Amino acid sequence: MEGPRACPTPVKPAVVRVRDYRRETHDTFTLVLDPPATGGAAFRPGQFNMLYVFGVGEAPISLSGDPGEGGGWVHTIRAVGAVTRALARLRPGDVLGLRGPYGSSWPLENARGRDVVLVSGGIGLAPLRPVLYHLRRHRAEYGKIALLYGARSPADALYLDELRAWRAAGELQVLLTVDRGDPSWTESLGLVTALFDRADFAPDRAVGLICGPEIMMRFTQREFAKRGVADERLYVSLERNMHCAVGFCGHCQLGPSFVCMDGPVFRYDRIRTFFEIREA
Amino acid sequence: MTEQGILGVFAGHKFLSGLSERHRLLLAAGARPFTAAPNQLLAKEGDTARCFYLIQSGHVSLGMHTPDRGVVPIHTVGPGEEVGWSWLVPPHRWQFDCRAVDEVHGLAFDAEWLREKCELDHELGYHLLKQLIGVLANRLAATRVQLLDLYK
Repeated sequence: MEGPRACPTPVKPAVVRVRDYRRETHDTFTLVLDPPATGGAAFRPGQFNMLYVFGVGEAPISLSGDPGEGGGWVHTIRAVGAVTRALARLRPGDVLGLRGPYGSSWPLENARGRDVVLVSGGIGLAPLRPVLYHLRRHRAEYGKIALLYGARSPADALYLDELRAWRAAGELQVLLTVDRGDPSWTESLGLVTALFDRADFAPDRAVGLICGPEIMMRFTQREFAKRGVADERLYVSLERNMHCAVGFCGHCQLGPSFVCMDGPVFRYDRIRTFFEIREA
Repeated sequence: MTEQGILGVFAGHKFLSGLSERHRLLLAAGARPFTAAPNQLLAKEGDTARCFYLIQSGHVSLGMHTPDRGVVPIHTVGPGEEVGWSWLVPPHRWQFDCRAVDEVHGLAFDAEWLREKCELDHELGYHLLKQLIGVLANRLAATRVQLLDLYK
């Protein structure tokens, strides 16, 4: 895992403009934001920005675009609360406040030369998508790559066209499953952990990156453990109640760690004992 | 397929891992290679369960018939997995429709033959039961997690 990077202006939002809006599913959308005039659009996969809708509030949102492209910041967002619903109403040309990027990132350096297994569920694919861009761009530096992705239904699954194109190109193994199918769905049905038997990787040289609902992540860790992938080679991205993003407020404290500062990406063995602690 | 070929499939199949050489040879005598074309029905809900399938390649969709929506797919079984426990559980009737999604290759066992072998050789029966319980436990846990509707 790569540690957090100091933010030049930790609590003062920059004003940024929406460049593009795309609807992904019935409740999920993608905003492409112009980066602030200073600082550029650089980020590391796994990091997040605090997006501030003026007069409504702020929310931590993972970066979900290509880290190798400097064009703009891409955020895929699910409209579930006041702030994210307000974000859903933004359109190209609108402005909002932005702080970031914050947090730790996925261990792409440590994973070099190893098989990489990405397991995600629902909106949890968004924070992993930058990893997929990176792995594709640096394909020769990694071993086998497998993505196991589960969603509620075909209509809820993210980035399907892109994932299928990557699969067709033979760059990575893409295994898709949904809880509830429809007549158009010809991929798997069932929990994402059921895909493990079909994933092609060598447990003794694999690194697992997991992002999704915490119950799903617990079950996923067990599947990795069954196959002999040590907890030291598993990484999870945690969601907690993040407010300040700079370790001041303590809302996201998890044992000795702050998810906003020390996370959101953690090596699993380091947070194992806190993993099931319920949010206050 | 020769006995050696069948034993080769056994060696690569998770369901038979840990099985003794003697039992592998015993099961090989009753294994029959099968191929199912896409959309072909392997088993129909309510019918007598006459077979137990080990899947080598391809995918099988398990579904239940509903009056208003026809057969609703609920689970997909793929390479390295198995189809059917109804052969072991009275009254030996399929609980689901099992339909090939794509071309499926694998091995099939006659249910009556397999039950007889398990009755005659409890060590074999115990091994197969342990494996099936593992499959059932995983599917039950997955179903319970799905009931939580985590991605809502």
